Amino acid sequence: MNAWTNIKAIVKRELGAYFSSPIAYVFLVIFLLLAGFFTFTVGSFFERGEASLVSFFTWHPWLYLFLVPAIGMRLWSEERRLGTMELLLTMPITTWQAIVGKFLASWLFLALALALTFPVVITVNILGDPDNGVIVTGYVGSLLLAGSYLAVSCMTSAMTRNQVISFIVAVLILLFLILAGFTPVTDLLSRFASPRVVEVVAAFSVMTHFEGFQRGVLDARDFVFFASVMGFALFTTGVIIRSHRAG
Amino acid sequence: MIRVENLKKAFGPKLAVNEVSFSVERGEVLGFLGPNGAGKSTTMRMITGFIPPTSGKITVGEHDMLLNPLPAKRLIGYLPENAPGYADMTVQAFLSFAAELRGLRGDARKKAVSRAVDLCSLENVLYQHIDTLSKGYKHRTCLAQALIHDPDILIMDEPTDGLDPNQKHEVRNLIKRMGATKAIIFSTHILEEVEAACSRVIIIDRGRIVANGTPEELKARAANAGAVCVRVKGVSSAALAEELRRVAGAGKSEVLRDDGGDVEIRVYPESAWTNGALTANIASLAAQKKWQLEQLHTEEGRLDEVFRSITLPDTVKAG
Repeated sequence: MNAWTNIKAIVKRELGAYFSSPIAYVFLVIFLLLAGFFTFTVGSFFERGEASLVSFFTWHPWLYLFLVPAIGMRLWSEERRLGTMELLLTMPITTWQAIVGKFLASWLFLALALALTFPVVITVNILGDPDNGVIVTGYVGSLLLAGSYLAVSCMTSAMTRNQVISFIVAVLILLFLILAGFTPVTDLLSRFASPRVVEVVAAFSVMTHFEGFQRGVLDARDFVFFASVMGFALFTTGVIIRSHRAG
Repeated sequence: MIRVENLKKAFGPKLAVNEVSFSVERGEVLGFLGPNGAGKSTTMRMITGFIPPTSGKITVGEHDMLLNPLPAKRLIGYLPENAPGYADMTVQAFLSFAAELRGLRGDARKKAVSRAVDLCSLENVLYQHIDTLSKGYKHRTCLAQALIHDPDILIMDEPTDGLDPNQKHEVRNLIKRMGATKAIIFSTHILEEVEAACSRVIIIDRGRIVANGTPEELKARAANAGAVCVRVKGVSSAALAEELRRVAGAGKSEVLRDDGGDVEIRVYPESAWTNGALTANIASLAAQKKWQLEQLHTEEGRLDEVFRSITLPDTVKAG
């Protein structure tokens, strides 16, 4: 009867939904292939001659840009399309439990995808002597990054019964969150605006806050940033669902 | 068990439900009738807590659905319109999930699932995915979900929609059986269903309750309810009509058939209280006059006539 058992029931169902269709396996394969491609080909892992996973983590904001909305887009739009939302929300659970349950299930799934990149950690440890602490913070940052993206996708998914629209809107919002702190964009911006404005804009970007984690720095401000993106997006999800029900 | 007071729901400028009030007690089966778009589904969605009303009060058990939704929702089993279900789940997993959200664990959950499966005859499709089910099975799966926790209150939006005649019959019997111990609300536009299963009927039209009573009471509102049909051989229609006019309690009459010596006349009672008495009076007149009586019966009135006369827009009624 308590909140946690309800959330657990929803997490279990959502995870089951991923694995009962080939989507989960296709996603995992694509994710791992792309992660490898970015690390070794685009990020020139070998040519760098460095015992670090910089070339692995650097690309995560871009890799997630398309892959995370692909996971998150069905969360609520599918419920609305099938009409199961009516079933779910007339059960003796709160809307928050449903939102959190769905979010956690997808986040766990992304965590699994991320965990399956472990061979790259083994590779770098065989080839050299990397700072494994930095690798751990990199993974923590990457997980938080994925969670933030996912919360945004969850929000856009609640807006529409059409998964494609949900996907596109999520990508657009995430693109903004990336570009606000993407070096070419900030360079461009600093030509017109004072450094202070550039700094404020960049502070909204996931790039700025993900950077510290890649360098092995755990800054409370970065945690707060990712937590507030997730909190805000999930809160907005609740507001959207409520306003839909109110008509 | 359910009390609804002055319920109102506006979608933008459109008032979908307007000042609806009624209550349902344990042991009652309430049928919701109304044309499409009359506000039946909207009302049910508000009672089950899916959408909040614009104004009004909903009490389920002792709990206010708006202020204290969780305990109120616990009492309700709900079958939404079109019987939705998670396409990618098996029937077994779906019911198990529903039971879990209803707070059933371990053995209690297994028992609840197998009871619901029995009740809705789902044994054959237990491990099939919901999107591969036929419409009838899909409907019953969703019904099983609503029954999983043996709720005190059952709310069903068109429970027999899309079922074949045998399944309809089964569902109706199920409703009747459960109606003895639960408070049930279901909507339909099949009138015979109302007569077969309901102890009370509410007709909703354009968001308002336009009739509320037992099926018998509603039928009595039909224009020809309580009228007596007399069929006699070997008389002229004019003569028979003249005789019938003099019967105590008889009002207007109309000739239904006049085949030269085979006459059928419908006599309307003067007022409703002469019901029954009129038939007896006519019968004794027939015996006295030694008519060759072919047929004599009191008309009950038909629900569909009442439904149409109540819900048709005034312009159509006039024409």
